[in-house]
Amino acid sequence: MPAATGAAAGSIVRFEGASKVFPGRGRGAEVRAVDEVTLDIREGEIFGVIGQSGAGKSTLVRLINALERTTGGDVVVDGVALGALNEARLRPVRAGIGMVFQQFNLLASRTVAGNVAYPLEVAGWSRSRREARVAELLDFVGLAEKAGVHPSALSGGQKQRVGIARALATNPRILLADEATSALDPETTRDVLNLLQRVNRELGVTVVVITHEMDVVRSICHRVAVMDRGRVVEVGEAYQVFSAPAHDITRRFVATALRDRPSPEVLERLRARHTGHIVTVGVDEVAGSSAVLTRTLREHGVDGTVVFGGITEVAERPYGSLTVELVGDPAAVEAAVVALRAVTWVDDHGTAARPHEVTTGDVVPFDEPAADPAGRPNLGAPRRPRLGGGLFGGPTGYTEGNEL
Amino acid sequence: MSWDQLTPLLWQAAGETAFMVLITLLVGGFLGLALGLGLYLTRPGNLLGNRFVFAVLNLAVNVVRPIPFIIFLVALGPLTRAVIGSTIGIEAFTFAMCFMATFVFARLVEQNLVSIDPGVVEAARAMGASPFRIVRTVLVPEALAPLILGYTFLFVGVLDMSAIGGYLGAGGLGDFAIVQGYRQYDWAVTAVVVVIIVLIVQAVQWLGNILARRALRR
Repeated sequence: MPAATGAAAGSIVRFEGASKVFPGRGRGAEVRAVDEVTLDIREGEIFGVIGQSGAGKSTLVRLINALERTTGGDVVVDGVALGALNEARLRPVRAGIGMVFQQFNLLASRTVAGNVAYPLEVAGWSRSRREARVAELLDFVGLAEKAGVHPSALSGGQKQRVGIARALATNPRILLADEATSALDPETTRDVLNLLQRVNRELGVTVVVITHEMDVVRSICHRVAVMDRGRVVEVGEAYQVFSAPAHDITRRFVATALRDRPSPEVLERLRARHTGHIVTVGVDEVAGSSAVLTRTLREHGVDGTVVFGGITEVAERPYGSLTVELVGDPAAVEAAVVALRAVTWVDDHGTAARPHEVTTGDVVPFDEPAADPAGRPNLGAPRRPRLGGGLFGGPTGYTEGNEL
Repeated sequence: MSWDQLTPLLWQAAGETAFMVLITLLVGGFLGLALGLGLYLTRPGNLLGNRFVFAVLNLAVNVVRPIPFIIFLVALGPLTRAVIGSTIGIEAFTFAMCFMATFVFARLVEQNLVSIDPGVVEAARAMGASPFRIVRTVLVPEALAPLILGYTFLFVGVLDMSAIGGYLGAGGLGDFAIVQGYRQYDWAVTAVVVVIIVLIVQAVQWLGNILARRALRR
């Protein structure tokens, strides 16, 4: 009997100091692909594993279905410690874990239906049950009419939907997605991500997503682990990890998705076009929405025009920033900025005539005394300290020139 | 000799060639497929990766394959005698052909399997498939078209080997062309045999291409 370990309540996969060391090739040094990782993946969540290529994400996830065996520590899946199992005993464990691949890995010699039926054949289902299940699965992924077609006749997105149907065939409780959308275009990526989200919500399957794409984490992951050189350097709620990244790798990673903040070049062009006072104002769940921004400006009698930025969602919560041109009495503008600072973070870029040099995300001292900061209504919680700034962005929902 | 006398001899020779070639294709094809799969599977990093077994198989294939067949026939003599009971005759010659064909086909099989995307093998493993099932349901079906072409190539090689059957008294079309044609200064006989062999090869290649194309039509 496989050794059963008392898993923490709600934990479906637990890494217990798990390591995977590959012996060096020839005279090469050994590679510590996964280095003493301790981690819990909770039942029913979508868990993201992010990191640069070579960080050990793929190996980490392959430890869950024992495509790679640990060389140290152990991995406990659904109460079963994998380290104690031999290859033959691992097969039923693998059959209970679905896996989706970047390159789809469909059998070219089989039709779509034949591919989806494959894991059912392995599991020993009868022909009639297989046929019924395949029809049901193809219906779920919206490919019922492609059952008799070979994979070569499908688009990338369709292939991945076949891959997902195949991975779900035996009703697994865990689905591993290894860069499942990296070979797809943005629109198809969204379709596949929606499908993964449906799998999680409607079927209650725990989904583990490996990705280097921030959009994937942003749109579907509940919690994330950030990997660097085989180690998990940061783990937590997706929103927290990205709104206040603690590790340098996370910060750099989040910066790759930074699209709502004006770069210095953009700022230069903005200043050329807009003569007013330009500020970038953070928008997130804690600090407040753009409604607060609008109200504050109205109370100070300042006109605000959105000239850059965007609000997107992280873990289904609003996140982003708006860059606004403020026009009005200089004293009123200063007062409005002070009032906004009480609610959210503000990068003050100054005016074209008197630019302020700011580094995105830094706390910027307000170098001129506010006209009358007293008596202003407190519009929300005081600004939280930010480490490196919330650099998490996305496609800009707003373009330049939208009147507030 | 007149064609009246030659024709029955030609038929007999054709029958001998058919016997040698078909037995060799059957036995050598089967054992070659097994040995080729063995080479592929035991290659370090593959499904049944085993450095030692792979090294032994690889060395055996590399040693046997380049030996010229006419020398291999002689060198294999003691083994042939132990298995068949004689070193001459059509059985002894066919035994040597099966032996060589196994090693030739093994390399062809291995080369075709190497071209399979390791990703599909990994996917099958992830679904809990055993190595034997992966061979049966992934490796062979996925590489079927090149395997058919490789088998066609083997046929031509085996037909070529059978031409020196006369060396061990095994007869066959090659022997007929030499004995009745070359040694009688009867070039017409030699030419007829050449034409027959070319036609057979053409027909088999045509069939192999059709089957391979059908296997590829996905």
